[in-house]
Amino acid sequence: MLEIKGLRASVQGTEILHGVDLTIRAGEVHAIMGPNGSGKSTLAQVLAGHPAYTVTGGTVTYEGKDLLGLAPEERAREGVFLAFQYPVEIKGITNAYFLRSALNAIRKHRGLEELDPIDFIGVLEEKAKAVELGDEMMNRPVNDGFSGGEKKRNEILQMAVLEPRLAILDETDSGLDIDALKTVANAVNRLRRPDNATLIVTHYQRLLNYITPDFVHVLADGRIVKSGGKELAHELEARGYDWLRPEAAAV
Amino acid sequence: MTAPAAAAEHYLAAHRAFLGNGAGAAPAWLAALRARGIARFGELGFPTTHLEEWRFTSVAPIVATPFALPHGGGTSPAERDLEAFLLPGAGRHRLVFVNGRFAPRLSATAGLPAGVTAMSLAEALVRDPEGVRAHLGTSGADAASAFAALNTAFLADGAYVHVAAGTVVPEPLQILFVATAEPEPVVAHARTLIVAERLAQVAVVESYAGAEGARYLTNAVTEVVAGEGARAEVYRIQRESLGAFHVATTHSRQGRDSVVHVHPVAFGAALARHDLTAVLDGAGSSCLLNGLYLGDGAQHFDHHTVIDHAQPHAESHEYFNGVLDGRSRGVFNGRIIVRPGAQRTDSKQTNNNLLLSEEARADSQPQLEIYADDVKCTHGATLGPIDEKALFYLKSRGLGAAEARALVTYGFGAEILGRMAIPELRAQLDGLVRARLLGGGGSAG
Ligand SMILES: Nc1ncnc2c1ncn2[C@@H]1O[C@H](COP(=O)(O)OP(=O)(O)OP(=O)(O)O)[C@@H](O)[C@H]1O
Ligand SMILES: [Mg+2]
Repeated sequence: MLEIKGLRASVQGTEILHGVDLTIRAGEVHAIMGPNGSGKSTLAQVLAGHPAYTVTGGTVTYEGKDLLGLAPEERAREGVFLAFQYPVEIKGITNAYFLRSALNAIRKHRGLEELDPIDFIGVLEEKAKAVELGDEMMNRPVNDGFSGGEKKRNEILQMAVLEPRLAILDETDSGLDIDALKTVANAVNRLRRPDNATLIVTHYQRLLNYITPDFVHVLADGRIVKSGGKELAHELEARGYDWLRPEAAAV
Repeated sequence: MTAPAAAAEHYLAAHRAFLGNGAGAAPAWLAALRARGIARFGELGFPTTHLEEWRFTSVAPIVATPFALPHGGGTSPAERDLEAFLLPGAGRHRLVFVNGRFAPRLSATAGLPAGVTAMSLAEALVRDPEGVRAHLGTSGADAASAFAALNTAFLADGAYVHVAAGTVVPEPLQILFVATAEPEPVVAHARTLIVAERLAQVAVVESYAGAEGARYLTNAVTEVVAGEGARAEVYRIQRESLGAFHVATTHSRQGRDSVVHVHPVAFGAALARHDLTAVLDGAGSSCLLNGLYLGDGAQHFDHHTVIDHAQPHAESHEYFNGVLDGRSRGVFNGRIIVRPGAQRTDSKQTNNNLLLSEEARADSQPQLEIYADDVKCTHGATLGPIDEKALFYLKSRGLGAAEARALVTYGFGAEILGRMAIPELRAQLDGLVRARLLGGGGSAG
């Protein structure tokens, strides 16, 4: 589904990703862990097409297409979804209206009929229940005045409504209490299908207790320095990242 | 004589003619009020940009035009021409003024509930002189503003809304000031007095409009008095001709536990200056100033607000959003006074400006004067182009670049409209905001 080869990216003239290789197949869940500032969010943002990042080398192929050649909105319409580490407020636009606009943009792209507000509200209510966001949150402006946890659940609500093929979750678990964490994990698990895939960026093994990854990767200094199965997450939790530094690994 | 002095003389002469024209028959207290107004205008003269309060707004184009009171009230629009200016969401009852003069034929006041008075000030002076006298011109607005003083000097007519104690008015009342295209540039000294007695509740929709392209001056003063526990909502829709000038004062004074909401929405006029003063003169009172200005071309909007916390435990919320395109300019000055003893004041102010073009400009200035120690006052202002982070967020959800821009822009207006309590009116204003910001029908909302 997604093949990243030798991906290099820089921001404001500084290279952050120094050649990332990663392959994700349909049906898989991958987790990326790594120290602060190692480039995890950069990778996520580059995949979503953030204009602040310049790709300086490598390729990304998504479902046979050159992902890097698509505008951010085209990527979204093709089924790529990024749950932001820091979700953005949109003043004056209600969650319900925003989500309907987004869903309709995607449906239109896929040749499906657009949903009117009445049809949409049915879809929304069902999905909102799954992430335990109350109805009143639907009529509030997008992320405006939401608590940290509400913002994260709102990201998952968007994911549930838009039903992406490739979902990238950037630290969606950070700042969630244990109940919210379970809610988010359940929502993600419910969306797992043989024809979609999930890439989870996290610092904590605890999320992976609820969402079992097929692969765990360590991103350090802009490179994937180690990959393994779900047991790697436990090892990282116990040992930290120091043993994976190039000089330590060489000893 | 300098231009401002010559212009002032023009109005002083017009005032002498006005008094000679039958206006002299007024009761003594009103004659004294007018005399005070013209005297104050004479002292102040037209403001210049040397004054701090007028630093960013030049009234030179107003000074340069000899605006006159229309002969015999000017032409009267046909009822169908009025349709474009009326807001169906603002209720069935309405007072219509043409060039500042009451137009009974265009108004509709039959069937007002008991306890509600809505009539022209001229009529009220006959029917309820003591009620009018108790409040008219008591706000002190004349002292601060030459334009307000001039309005008082020419006080002859206007709108009077009085709601008796405990009366809840179920539907909003609409007051429309409309200007017609006249051969000579005319001035209308629009005047409104709204009194909500103890525990009364009322919503009033003031709108100002004029024949497209017409050059005229609206010089408006609105005084709002909310008694103990009363609730008054004032919607103020300014859709003047783009050739017109609009100078206005809205002054509210509140008693204990009362609520006043003022929603000024400015679409029109070449130059619009609006001074809003809210005096929280009762413990536990609360006020909301919730404004929006949408500028394009060379339009100039200036909002100067004063929130005066005179008593403890009161709260004020102030939100002004501006969306400025073309070479338009927005000025916002938000003064908050917390008087000694006004403890537990809770005050919040924001002014956000979206600049849609390189030449658009906004100036924003908070002014906090706090003389009590146990208070919470926050303020914040932003100005700049559309937020790239917001655009990327929307695009990452599948919205096209144009749609994402439209949504963020519309959001600036929608945020303000979202605080309005009358759904029909809100929907109608939403249509106007969309038409203005998204061009034509648009699809947002
Ligand atoms: N827009 C930007 N402008 C400047 N520097 C940036 C920008 N985005 C990222 N960086 C820098 O790139 C580096 C990698 O940042 P990134 O956000 O990808 O790290 P991360 O692995 O997600 O870290 P964390 O675990 O703290 O979220 C950091 O040094 C960061 O300061
Ligand atoms: Mg990060």
